Amino acid sequence: MKKVTGMILGSVMAGVLGFTATAAIAADNIKIAFIDPLSGPFATTGTNGLAEWKFAVENLVNVKGGVLGGTKLEVIGFDNKISPKESLIQLQVAIDQGIRFIAQGNSSGVANALTGAIKKHNKRNPDKQVIFLNYAAVDPALTNDKCNFWHFRFDANADIKMDAMIDVIAKDKAIDKVYIIGQDYSFGKAVAAAAVRNIEAKMPHAKIVGNELHPIGKVKDFTPYARKIIASGANAVITGNWGSDMLGLGKAVIKAGYTGPIYTYYAASSGITKAFGAAGKGVIRVVSEGTLNPPISDRVTTYVNAFKAKYPNNNVSQLRIANTVEMLAKAIDKAGSTEAIKVAYALEGMEIDSIWGGKVKMRKVDHQAIQNVYILAHTDENMTHALDNSPYGLLTENTVVDAGMDSPTSCKMKRP
Amino acid sequence: MNTTTKATASQRSATPLISLPQLAPWLIAILFLLLLPVIFNSGSALTIMNQMAITIVFALAYNMLLGQAGMLSFGHAVYMGLGGFFCVHLMNMVEFDGLWLPLPLLPLFGGFFGLIFAIIIGSFSTRRAGTVFAMISLGVGELIAASSIIIVAFFGGEEGISADRTMGPETFGFDFASQLEVYYLTAIWLVISAAAMYLFSRTPIGRIANAVRDNEERAEFLGYSQRYVRMISFCASGFFAGIAGGLFAINFEILTEENLNLGTSGVILLVTFLGGVGFFIGPIVGAVVFTLLQTVLSQYTEIWQLYLGALFVATVMFFPAGLTGLLAMHIQPFKLGKSSLLLRPYMRMLVPILVCFLSIAALLETAFHARHAPIGENEMNLFGIVFDSHGVLPWVVIVVLVLGSGFLVKRLAPELKEAWDDANYLEPRS
Amino acid sequence: MELIFVNILDGLVTGLLLFMLCSGLTLIFSMMGVLNFAHASFYMLGAYFGYEISTFVGFWPGLIFAPILVGIAGALVERYGLRRVHQYGHVPELIFTFGLALLIEEIIQFFWGKNIMAYDEPDILNFVAFSIAGNAFPAYKVFMIFVAMGIFLVLLYILTRTRVGLIIQAALSYPNTVQNLGHNVPLVFMGVFGVGTALAGVAGVIAGPVLGTFPGMAVVLGSIVFVTIVIGGLGSLWGALIASLLIGWLQTFAASYNIVIGDVLVSIGFTRPENLDDSALRDLWTLTVSQIGPILPFLLMVLVLAIRPQGLFGKRES
Repeated sequence: MKKVTGMILGSVMAGVLGFTATAAIAADNIKIAFIDPLSGPFATTGTNGLAEWKFAVENLVNVKGGVLGGTKLEVIGFDNKISPKESLIQLQVAIDQGIRFIAQGNSSGVANALTGAIKKHNKRNPDKQVIFLNYAAVDPALTNDKCNFWHFRFDANADIKMDAMIDVIAKDKAIDKVYIIGQDYSFGKAVAAAAVRNIEAKMPHAKIVGNELHPIGKVKDFTPYARKIIASGANAVITGNWGSDMLGLGKAVIKAGYTGPIYTYYAASSGITKAFGAAGKGVIRVVSEGTLNPPISDRVTTYVNAFKAKYPNNNVSQLRIANTVEMLAKAIDKAGSTEAIKVAYALEGMEIDSIWGGKVKMRKVDHQAIQNVYILAHTDENMTHALDNSPYGLLTENTVVDAGMDSPTSCKMKRP
Repeated sequence: MNTTTKATASQRSATPLISLPQLAPWLIAILFLLLLPVIFNSGSALTIMNQMAITIVFALAYNMLLGQAGMLSFGHAVYMGLGGFFCVHLMNMVEFDGLWLPLPLLPLFGGFFGLIFAIIIGSFSTRRAGTVFAMISLGVGELIAASSIIIVAFFGGEEGISADRTMGPETFGFDFASQLEVYYLTAIWLVISAAAMYLFSRTPIGRIANAVRDNEERAEFLGYSQRYVRMISFCASGFFAGIAGGLFAINFEILTEENLNLGTSGVILLVTFLGGVGFFIGPIVGAVVFTLLQTVLSQYTEIWQLYLGALFVATVMFFPAGLTGLLAMHIQPFKLGKSSLLLRPYMRMLVPILVCFLSIAALLETAFHARHAPIGENEMNLFGIVFDSHGVLPWVVIVVLVLGSGFLVKRLAPELKEAWDDANYLEPRS
Repeated sequence: MELIFVNILDGLVTGLLLFMLCSGLTLIFSMMGVLNFAHASFYMLGAYFGYEISTFVGFWPGLIFAPILVGIAGALVERYGLRRVHQYGHVPELIFTFGLALLIEEIIQFFWGKNIMAYDEPDILNFVAFSIAGNAFPAYKVFMIFVAMGIFLVLLYILTRTRVGLIIQAALSYPNTVQNLGHNVPLVFMGVFGVGTALAGVAGVIAGPVLGTFPGMAVVLGSIVFVTIVIGGLGSLWGALIASLLIGWLQTFAASYNIVIGDVLVSIGFTRPENLDDSALRDLWTLTVSQIGPILPFLLMVLVLAIRPQGLFGKRES
């Protein structure tokens, strides 16, 4: 019986794996593997990101005739179920399909697994080297202790964003009691550490009245935390929370009677903007690497409107994706090749004019993109491009030009 | 009474533990494992096959509990995960502290660490079976998964701990940089562990585990401590789960919280049950099918988890003996030489049932596409057919297919049932 | 001092919400001997149904109709799913509900997508009932307390004072005898399953606006519900109430006070290592109680089971 089962399984496997292999040999577009969660609880951000990638590639590169004089770019989604293990399997699948550009962003844990695996893969398979385009994972370690030549980060990292955030908070002398709260994992800890460092340096008049971590994704009711924040007398809250932890915390804090600002990294889109609605107005602030309101140019309006016409249920929420695509296209043209190592060298030190305004520069020393950072307010006033199909969206309050341009890095890059 | 016992005892000692016909499937399996990479030699196929092998070892270990001893655990990922974490630390000690340890031996250490934790946890959790054991396993699983985020020094937080497998001493000239070498290493460990687990199920203690599963009071009256038997099964299972953890560490070179959490524990329950808990090869079938579904199906459809959930619920409801049980049902007709009776109804049923499943899938896919696809991209590609998911015609066709094939299946079912009954009776029924 | 009072009230709300789920689960368990892993999924269904109804006709009709729909769904699951699996034994039953939980989550994502729903409490309850030292206590939470209390009293009354309750209690211990007396036991089972899941539906409608309505909401609450009824003693309504309140307060107080484990260790005589970075246990020293709050119930459960396997108020072992 084992034999029979073995034969059946063998033929099934032959069929399925064979299918995968044939799917690889298609048109000779330059392919980008988008490895992020497309199913499961974190799929919202993943599928939204994939839509933004596909749209950016089509509208920023392919309509202009592609790269290398006519070759088109193509984004292919790979579902990693936000699991490091699955990501590594999908990375293998992508490499086998001849893909040499890997894009990922959701979860620094996955980014960490990928950057390690890509480093090892490139060393062990010099003929199949790939580049890691990290468009959203902001753990500072990725461009510091854990940096490597194949990894490029296009978002501003958590330290840079915090640096800009505190610059803005420090201007408001009325804020003298700050409460820091975050999820208990590497990113939450990085945010807390950066906040403490920056507040001590730039806000000597202020006191940190609370600094705590809560378990990630396990808190049902944030009311007890909200009570502590109220009791501490804080007049500013800083948090790196995302997803339902962000909404839960924000709602509980507002319901408990807090009226000051809550400075966040991720309190927008994926239903969060809509769910905060009127309650979040005047309270929620978001630090971001780009802004939609007011739109900096007609180009932004055309781009966002075209996106909404195509994907009415998604948002243009991860603005760096457009920068990533434009920089990649420029680097491929500059290298005159799609070979990973040549494109990687071309990307180092590259500078472009961002569609969102300002310049984006890929810093050579640690592969961290340097760009403007904005502090945005959750509101329904002066909205050109609202989010979540609600009246609410994000409006620019403050701009920090070329944020973190001279931020230190512990990266010791080894170039091949 | 006395003489018969003696007779069976002497008989048992005379027959070897495994006879040649019993050995045959193993030899075929080994040959199959040896030849697999010749056909599937791409990196991803090797990675998927490694993942399969690891899941097989883990699922077999899990079935020592669920199938053989009747213990339902919701936290078995802990033993695999902890074994794996220790192995990653060992790999790092090899790289940075100059520890001399050839890579092929690493899974054995994973097994020992799994065993140590199984002894610690089992000492209080195996006192009772049933719900109490299940809930303790859930609690312990949750506790250890949570502490893996908190105790960063050992577990590395959510980023986990990574290592490089190629830094150890070379073994017979292999440095294990290529996936192929890792595949053969994994395959060797797969055969060793599967054989060991099979032999365990044949030992007296393995047999008594079955007795305790079926009726613990009776086993107790026969003079066996049910708690002792459960403890031994639990420890053995923990040991082999640890080996799977070691293999995972070698293959992926990273362990994270994911390896310990409830999700992974739940998946292995799914895998084992899907394959069939009542058979030794059940978990093997389950692991192969599940890994293929997870890694390959997810490339083609976003709603693969919906199919998986439906498949699982349907398995529990209609085939509680799992996929292997479904195949095993046919042994009886084969033995009776009446399998030919089934051939005709099967052939007649084949097309309607295939069409029925595919058209239901098409219905779901089209509905999902119509609901979630970007505006302007009304065209969708299904089984190579391109059509407009917003048009009326495709919907009509699909609904007609679903209803039509469903009607046919229902119509043909009695005939199949009759043929099935006939095939399972020795005498032709009047 | 005021903060303690506020925390007691918050803990009460959390505990009573938990109780609404546990009451149904414990009823189902004591009748049918099956731990319904999908119970929290019915709670999630309640929240989504409530949200969908509220977008058309407002919150209050949702509060009535969503639980009814959930109850019907539950009854159907019992009739066509569980009853079939029942013949295979308890482990397949448990696994069936486990698979059902996965399936319900997928079905919800199929229809509503993966975003967080903008489900809000009704405007009529959107005001501050009272404030204690600057801490607002929303009217909606007062409403939650009253609903939960009401459910408990009605359940207690039905189970102990009515004929239906008598039959249910009898069917618990002697299903065959009750069957022989001419009662339709399978119907009773289906009814209890329907009512139990409807109660979870009520909890979903009420909690959805406060705790958020998203596909992961069942997972967040799921295992805590089992932990609660296991601690309370399987099949005991009073046990479920007391364990729910205990866990509600345990979690609230753990999250409210930043007690550092290191300080506790020092106070009971341990010495803090000089250089924390070298210590393998460095994370233990800086840990606060609020960091481990959500896992405390699991710790409690393992302890209770290791010492008293039938739970605090359970009369028999499962």
